[in-house]
Amino acid sequence: MMRAHRFRYHAARSLADAAAALRDAGPGAMLLAGGTDLVPNMKRRQQTPPFVISLRRVPELRGLAARPDGSVAIGACVTLSDLVADAHLRACYRALWRAAAQISTPQLRNMGTLGGNLCLDTRCNYYNQNYEWRKAISFCMKAPTGAAIAQPDGGICWVAPSSPRCWAVSSTDAAPALIALAARVTLTSTQGQRAIPLADLYADDGMTYLTKRPDEILTSVELPPAAAGWRSTYWKLRRRGSIDFPVLGVAAAVRLGAGGAVVEARVVLGAVASHPVVVDTQALLGRPLSDAAIDAFADGAAWHAKPLDNTDFALGWRKKVARSYLAGALRELRGDDPAALGLLARRAATLLPVVA
Amino acid sequence: MNNVHMRLHVNGESCEVAFAPHKTLLEVLREDMGLIGTKHGCELGECGACAVLADGKPVLSCLLLGIECDGMDIMTVEGMAGDARLHPLQEAFADLGAAQCGYCTPGFLVTAKALLDKKPDATRDEIKEALSGNLCRCTGYIQIFEAVEAAAAKMAPAHREKP
Amino acid sequence: MSTTGAGNGNSNGGSKKDGAALNVIGKPRRRVDGRAKVTGQTRFADDLFFPRMLHCKLLRSIHPHARIRSIDVSRALAAPGVKLVLTGRDFPIPYGILPVSQDEHPLCPDKVRFVGDPVAAVIATTEDEAFDALDCIAVEYEPLATISDPAQALATPEPRIHDYGDEGNVHKRVALEFGDVEAALASADHVFEDVLFYQGNTHLPIEQHAAVAVLDPDGKLCLWSATQTPHYVHRALAKALALPAAHIRVIATPNGGGFGGKSDPFHHEIVVAKAALVTGRPVKICLTREEVFYCHRGRHPVLMKIRTGVRKDGSIVAMDLETLLDGGAYGSYGVASTFYTGALQTVTYKVPRYRFRGCRTFTNKPPCGPKRGHGTPQPRFAQEVQLDKIAVALGRDPADLRLQQIAEPNSLTANYMRIGSIGLRECIERVVEGSGWRKKWQKLPLGRGVGLGCSSYLCGAGLPIYWNDLPHSGVQLRLDRSGEVTAFCGATEIGQGSDDVLAAIIAEVLGIDPFDIRLVTGDTGLTPVDLGSYSSRVTLMMGNAAIQAAERARELLTGPVARKLGVPASRLGFADRRVFDVENPDRGLSFVEAVWLAEAEHGTLGTTGSYRPPQSAARYKGGGVGPSPAYSYSAAVVEVEIDPGTGWIHVPTVWIAHDIGRSINPTLVRGQVEGSVYMALGEALMEEQEFRRLPPKLSSAMVHKFPSLLEYKSPSTLEMPDVVTYLVEDPDPKGPFGAKEVGQGPLLPVMPALANAVYDAVGVRIDEVPVTPEKIVRALDAQAHGRPARVGPGKFPTVRWPEALKVPPPWEGGDGNAINEPPRKSKPTDKGGRQVRP
Repeated sequence: MMRAHRFRYHAARSLADAAAALRDAGPGAMLLAGGTDLVPNMKRRQQTPPFVISLRRVPELRGLAARPDGSVAIGACVTLSDLVADAHLRACYRALWRAAAQISTPQLRNMGTLGGNLCLDTRCNYYNQNYEWRKAISFCMKAPTGAAIAQPDGGICWVAPSSPRCWAVSSTDAAPALIALAARVTLTSTQGQRAIPLADLYADDGMTYLTKRPDEILTSVELPPAAAGWRSTYWKLRRRGSIDFPVLGVAAAVRLGAGGAVVEARVVLGAVASHPVVVDTQALLGRPLSDAAIDAFADGAAWHAKPLDNTDFALGWRKKVARSYLAGALRELRGDDPAALGLLARRAATLLPVVA
Repeated sequence: MNNVHMRLHVNGESCEVAFAPHKTLLEVLREDMGLIGTKHGCELGECGACAVLADGKPVLSCLLLGIECDGMDIMTVEGMAGDARLHPLQEAFADLGAAQCGYCTPGFLVTAKALLDKKPDATRDEIKEALSGNLCRCTGYIQIFEAVEAAAAKMAPAHREKP
Repeated sequence: MSTTGAGNGNSNGGSKKDGAALNVIGKPRRRVDGRAKVTGQTRFADDLFFPRMLHCKLLRSIHPHARIRSIDVSRALAAPGVKLVLTGRDFPIPYGILPVSQDEHPLCPDKVRFVGDPVAAVIATTEDEAFDALDCIAVEYEPLATISDPAQALATPEPRIHDYGDEGNVHKRVALEFGDVEAALASADHVFEDVLFYQGNTHLPIEQHAAVAVLDPDGKLCLWSATQTPHYVHRALAKALALPAAHIRVIATPNGGGFGGKSDPFHHEIVVAKAALVTGRPVKICLTREEVFYCHRGRHPVLMKIRTGVRKDGSIVAMDLETLLDGGAYGSYGVASTFYTGALQTVTYKVPRYRFRGCRTFTNKPPCGPKRGHGTPQPRFAQEVQLDKIAVALGRDPADLRLQQIAEPNSLTANYMRIGSIGLRECIERVVEGSGWRKKWQKLPLGRGVGLGCSSYLCGAGLPIYWNDLPHSGVQLRLDRSGEVTAFCGATEIGQGSDDVLAAIIAEVLGIDPFDIRLVTGDTGLTPVDLGSYSSRVTLMMGNAAIQAAERARELLTGPVARKLGVPASRLGFADRRVFDVENPDRGLSFVEAVWLAEAEHGTLGTTGSYRPPQSAARYKGGGVGPSPAYSYSAAVVEVEIDPGTGWIHVPTVWIAHDIGRSINPTLVRGQVEGSVYMALGEALMEEQEFRRLPPKLSSAMVHKFPSLLEYKSPSTLEMPDVVTYLVEDPDPKGPFGAKEVGQGPLLPVMPALANAVYDAVGVRIDEVPVTPEKIVRALDAQAHGRPARVGPGKFPTVRWPEALKVPPPWEGGDGNAINEPPRKSKPTDKGGRQVRP
């Protein structure tokens, strides 16, 4: 049986307690929320923190509420199932709801948290392997932080051996959706709190993929008020309708004005780089989502998808589907019936949990 | 690391257990409490064989630290039948071929129980979705779907006439 | 087609008089082990815990091919909790499932052959400590060149992965010819030639292999293991540990899925046995999922070249098949697998002349072996896809093309397989009608299509793994005066319902309820030998042995009861826990009373039954693989929807008909059919045992690409299509109550049916398994650019084939012998429990 390494454990009872514990623990300590990312990583010895601080009993991280101004604040430890069960999110923040509803499996959505998904370790099938397997390839540069087991020098990225950097893939579903929804996140430490746009949380690097300081805790996500005219969606590509991480995510949000002209648009690609890729939508603005406009945009935007050979599916095919998904998501947003958008589009648009 | 001593609430009984803090609930149930009905197929959250109910919701015991279960109401397959009589889902799984090798069965059973507790008239699509985190290599799932439907019909006679 | 009684096979087969109603057989029932399985009380191997139990972890090779220069275990021995460290030095004697390939050691003594090959074992008080100590073992390796695929193996005779085999890195080459195939092809109206590839895949039972060894209080070794073949494990332990077999007991725990993956004796079983012998304490091992991928013994990747000559109407005049197998690093069942890629090509359709040449190579990967269908799905795929091409080329409906040339019942094939009943015609007709084939094939809009595939499979291998003339299955009955009947049989419950079949058959014969029977199975210390749960042999062989044992028990009861009732013995019936006068059913005794009378007359009541398959007609060398007492048949229609833009494949429905002979328990039969469809679709669409070579300039590493349940894609509930199952009941005289197999056959037609459906939907041929969206897009691109609308292998490499053994078919004056075979030594009978090379 795969087992975790031995570590010290502290169950934080309040946010202040958690922040203090994280500060005092020094480098290498890790936060535990739902455990669905950290625990397997510990069992595979990818991450071997000597000290684990549990956020499960921190009441401040559990809230999910609309504020008087119409914005919505979601605590980082709200489970994905709770998000999916929320009628307001389902109605007004569809991209987030669809993203959350397609993460992993029903059991893991009961455990996994929104904050956990946003901080999900980047993934690579040279890296998400057991200790013994990684030993057989002499490891890679994405060495675990705070390793209890000393690993030999593994200074190479096996996906792109001539590259100086790590190309592990950002595999969060929630991040592209939330960036498309212009979400901000709050980071808390013993020094106080700061809020940043979610997009700024991510760096284009497979190893240092978060910009937050090690002593900061992602504590909440804030969605702007659901303004009239906004529509959003999230399309996820994976081999199976469950269990699998995305090999492509397309999050799109548009605000349509009179005559269907696009007033604002945000499109974000997930799982095609080490960070969620925000696509320039200038070309969409000021005119309706015609077939021609959508196709021209999709052709250009698909260029941003630069998948490498470190996930499921052939990379050339993933790139091809990126174009198809971009166009399909926008067609859905302009009101097309997803059933008419082709088989894979129909699957992307309809495969959702029926039970909240 | 010293063992932690704590009370776990499992299958309606409170039990004092001592275990190492890095152990998952799966290990604690099987190795420290003798509840071997909960199985494991990967220990990485990829197969659903170790599913148990935590406060009525299916979760994977291989990813949940035992130390985190303080105050939780845990149910394993051993707790499904309150007494010598089986739960209707267990009856249906046994009668209708939903358990072949039986290894993934406990995970399917508790997950299906959570579904029917919440949605007694679950449709086939809802059953498929609710069980989509549980892998079975033997059955092809169809007899599992049928067993869940049969149990649902038995548990809620009012729904029996529904198509 | 469904009469009761089943005539006589090999002294067994039928049981109830013709016309007698069956009370248990054929009725859907809760399986006898159902309650245990739904309450979590079934004890799988890893569910066993013993006081003072130690835990074992294995250190595995990190090199695909290397010599072991040295192993230093001193630091590991000093690590906390460690009680014992074992290395290859502790295991000088090799073992292996086949007598001809005794090429494995429990721990590699001098050389490692793939990443994952076991090198050392740590036994400690906890699994954590054993794991931690693995890192304290220092192994010095001398890397050798990595052989990654069959083409490279053929081209690279040195370094040899093994120092045995036909030559270089060729493990085995076989060539058989039944009639002059070239002459027949020259006379054919058309000759079709195709090269196809079937990717390897693995069993992926949800239960990981586990074993526990203990020393009994009397000091004898006892091993509980998740094995499909306790008898063969028993023999391997005796050999590898040099212990008297009589001092070893192997108990097969119920398997949490097998599918062929738990049919070899495994290194970890022998290691924990040795550790228990050394430490005197119970020792357990449970493999991780990654290690299960390294045990493998799964589907061989096979490259195939198939040339078929047909008349104008598509009737086959001759077939010429070449197969090239990627065997991985060890022999396993590989010699049998190689023959199986050719043996059953003749059993489905009439093939007047046939040549088969097969070659298995060694490569530095986990060993391949028997997975559900063992060697047959690959050539089945080749033939059924090619038949579809023939139908299209000749303007024939693929269903008609098949219906016109189904093999003859009660006949010998060109390669001397003796066929009994054939329900294939009805199978095809059922799926054609059920699917609306005639309205769909070539008539659905672009993007939707249907495909047809057929197959046959054996009901048990006609020969055992090691040469002997003993029964293949034995059943022993004990009749207690309480009325309880205890059945002892070495057969192994792996989920397929082995225990249920045993109970059902005995209950039927004795007129009692299956739940009245206590079962003791899969225990070499208590039960008569059954060779194991492989080759779809259990229902037929154990079933016939059970009938014999139960009929003998009935005979014991009949005399005393007949005298007591004053009726002729021939008029007694057994049903509803009673023994009664069939002409006056009120006149009778309870079963318990009958047992009392019989025990009073005969003393303690017990019987035995056994079964040995009939003599094979195939007398040529290599003819030992393929013969079976009976063959099952299946036909499937798969419907697909394809997204032409992305190649995405959706399977809404599969219609499948299976010729089961007779269902013992229809609930379980349906489960086997649907489970086969499931596993087949996994193979057809997404499952791949893939390997990754790092850039050779930087590393010699070659690793399994994704040894995990996350990245090895087993379909979830959401991928499973609707399945319409038809059970065709055409009782076979050789089967118990007419029953044939169902565990493997229904898997075979699905992969080609799917590939054929893809062609019907979008007009491209994917001559490879799995059929993936990427490949469909590639083929559609080729089509759009005027290139052949196909994805598949290009050519079959040159293999230096030996001269074929020439065996004239039965209709050309043959007698089952080869006309050019050198004389063979007579086969010694093995009585000593040691492996003998035939």
